[in-house]
Amino acid sequence: MARDNGSTPKKNGAPAEKNGSSSKKELHPTPMLDELESGPWPSFITGLKRLREADDQQYAPMMNDLMGQLEHSYEERMGYWKGGVVGVYGYGGGVIPRFSEVAEQYPESKEFHTLRVQPPAGFHYTSDILRSLCDIWEEHGSGLIALHGQSGDIMFQGCSTENTQKAFDALNAVGFDMGGAGAAMRTSMSCVGHARCEMSCYNEVKAHRDVINEYLDEMHRPALPYKFKFKFSGCPNDCVNAIHRSDFAVIGTWRDDMKVNQDEVKKYVANVGRKYMIDSVIANCPTRALSLNDDDTLDVDNRSCVRCMHCLNVMPKALSPGDDKGASILLGGKRSLKVGDTMGTVIVPFMKLDTDEDYEKLVEFAGEILEFFGDNALDHERIGETIDRIGLPAFLEALDIDADPNMVNHPRTSSYVRTDDFTEEADKYLRKKAEEKSGKEDAANTNEPDRPVAAE
Amino acid sequence: MSTEHQTPRLPDEHGVPDPFLYMHPVMKKNFGNWDWHERLRPGVLHHRSKSGEDIWTVRAGTQRQMDVFTIRKLCDIADEFAEGHVRFTTRSNIEYLISKKEMIEPLVERLIEQGFPVGGTGNSISMISHTQGWLHCDIPGTDASGVVKSLMDELYEDFIKEEMPNRVRITTSCCQVNCGGQGDIAINVQYTKPPKINHDLVANICERPAVVARCPVAAIRPAMVNGKPSLEVDEKKCICCGACYPPCPPMQINGPESTKLAIWVGGKHSNARTKPTFHKLVAANLPNNPPRWPEVAEVVKKIIYTYKEDARDWERVGEWIDRIGWPRFFEMTGLGFTKHHLDTWHGARKSLNASTHIYF
Ligand code: SF4
Ligand code: SF4
Ligand code: SF4
Ligand code: SF4
Repeated sequence: MARDNGSTPKKNGAPAEKNGSSSKKELHPTPMLDELESGPWPSFITGLKRLREADDQQYAPMMNDLMGQLEHSYEERMGYWKGGVVGVYGYGGGVIPRFSEVAEQYPESKEFHTLRVQPPAGFHYTSDILRSLCDIWEEHGSGLIALHGQSGDIMFQGCSTENTQKAFDALNAVGFDMGGAGAAMRTSMSCVGHARCEMSCYNEVKAHRDVINEYLDEMHRPALPYKFKFKFSGCPNDCVNAIHRSDFAVIGTWRDDMKVNQDEVKKYVANVGRKYMIDSVIANCPTRALSLNDDDTLDVDNRSCVRCMHCLNVMPKALSPGDDKGASILLGGKRSLKVGDTMGTVIVPFMKLDTDEDYEKLVEFAGEILEFFGDNALDHERIGETIDRIGLPAFLEALDIDADPNMVNHPRTSSYVRTDDFTEEADKYLRKKAEEKSGKEDAANTNEPDRPVAAE
Repeated sequence: MSTEHQTPRLPDEHGVPDPFLYMHPVMKKNFGNWDWHERLRPGVLHHRSKSGEDIWTVRAGTQRQMDVFTIRKLCDIADEFAEGHVRFTTRSNIEYLISKKEMIEPLVERLIEQGFPVGGTGNSISMISHTQGWLHCDIPGTDASGVVKSLMDELYEDFIKEEMPNRVRITTSCCQVNCGGQGDIAINVQYTKPPKINHDLVANICERPAVVARCPVAAIRPAMVNGKPSLEVDEKKCICCGACYPPCPPMQINGPESTKLAIWVGGKHSNARTKPTFHKLVAANLPNNPPRWPEVAEVVKKIIYTYKEDARDWERVGEWIDRIGWPRFFEMTGLGFTKHHLDTWHGARKSLNASTHIYF
């Protein structure tokens, strides 16, 4: 991906054919928007004005009319965009078409489409690549970019129908690809995780890229009943809001004991005082798993700890996740439409994520869920709603997943259930638990020393 | 780079771009091998790897909707002070990664001088998660960019400081689709009137069965109006949710007066201490009042500063209310409690007080 280090905007040769007959149009007065230029927070209005005043750029007239329409919205308190159909070659989605309903007054921005483009996993950039993206959008689009949309996409906002393909081709040529829209797998997000965070329990970059890139077809050629989102957080702090904002949340956790550096604990206690330590750390443990010893060291009941992260967050130097790491997988998080907001719920309490085979299993499982969703969800139904509709037991049976007490807050409280095969089911569970137990003991006997995680 | 194509170019389906092409070399080298972190001042993080290497992060707020000139300015700062590597947080803050500690001060100074507030770390109020609104969405009731800018101006001091009991996450949503997530405080559009149907357009534009199916309370029926197939709404049943509007634009749900804003509190995604929670309605019917939405800012500030004053360390807004109780919350914030706070949706009973635990 050689780039000619494009730092200078083209100053000359503004495409004359684009600016049309009226050589220089009056700037729309924007008294209401102007009020959003004051105050200490960076102003998007000042930015919009820079774009409409960049006379030598093809987008200046478009941005002038865009501001005119936005001012009109502020005055009338109504929106004036409608959808439509615009796409690029080879893709069934990713462009959000916007046509103005007030194009007569604001003709230059009558088409103002958005390209949803997938960001690098973890939102890492160099100044060079950002400049390349700016140059492309300066040439073909409006010059307005959102980093990032709620969907996680880079939102290249404001493109004519004619330029959409050109803009996409140029973005694609520097290594970027279309995101998701409509009834499709959507663009995903992952936290900074392994790249900079000591809490991270799996390689978010690998999981994110392996899963999404395997099923890219579901993103680029929408054929699902409705949207489907994956999100990847490296630990239960869930910095990318996976539990609620994705259908398939991969949230890192660990199974063995957390690591405690008792010297650092003592230093922390000496620093904040015993009362603060007890009130703010010990007493805040949701499962009463912590206790302060008489010598100011920490006593952790790891069997009761639910990896909520509170004590680790407060004392990052003293406490860290264990070594037996992986992720919990929760399905069904979504916002209001139509049954109301839901959090994802536990479907896989723990999936080990260490070796390549472990990640392959994750990808495979994601595929099974996507397939189930494609085959069984009703039109416009999210997977959480499908599970609600058919009931969790039927869902688990379809996917050959065993029921697990980690899936519930508590067992059912209603007696309205038919239980004739209860005994067999209980026996199955007990047999499985016994096998797991003996398996664990075998593994403990062939314990390998810790392998450091290799870079890349 | 020429982009004149006669025949369509075959795309390269790269999928998710590889971040290792852009990641700071110290982060690449210590990938998965970090040991601990500390915060040196608001907006500045220091991470130490297990091999003893350091990376410093300087976090600054942006306007999210950025013109290319702003992005280039941020890039110039990255080249001059930060080795050319940046990343963004999910809340649109930019992070500069640096391997030389002595660059922190000059970088922070330059960012502030260029108008980018340094902060958003630790127990601060971070950037508000931001939806689209009038600028770009086809169904918005308000303008997220304007609401966010207005509020961040007001909350600026608590972005650049870390003086809250715990982190405060604010979200916006400019329609009841609610693109924003759960928040300690959420500012969401709330419609107050049933849709007004433009019958002339329904027949041409809308797939009527799909629209009928979209309504959560089955309030829409197919109907003939003036001899043409259209739809009608049982206004007694309608809960003004707006779900019919996206699939059927002639069912206009917005009105300059009827579209209101509501404030919700106590949501969180993190698992820390308590399980993740949804935000709950506390105030509604606030006017949609551009360009600065002062009525909204007033309620939000009242809640935030009551929380700041009263909450214990590490209590999120929802946890604080769990302790003091809802009666005290309404008393302390001066907000009115109404029948509209009583949930009537599926599972509503779970939100009712089935005990004699009463706050006096
Ligand atoms: S989710 Fe956990 S691992 Fe990921 S960045 Fe947040 S704290 Fe770190
Ligand atoms: S991580 Fe949470 S549950 Fe576990 S010991 Fe710490 S505070 Fe308790
Ligand atoms: S919250 Fe609603 S109006 Fe706002 S961007 Fe999302 S869908 Fe559009
Ligand atoms: S606004 Fe909601 S409740 Fe009312 S008719 Fe439309 S979909 Fe049904």
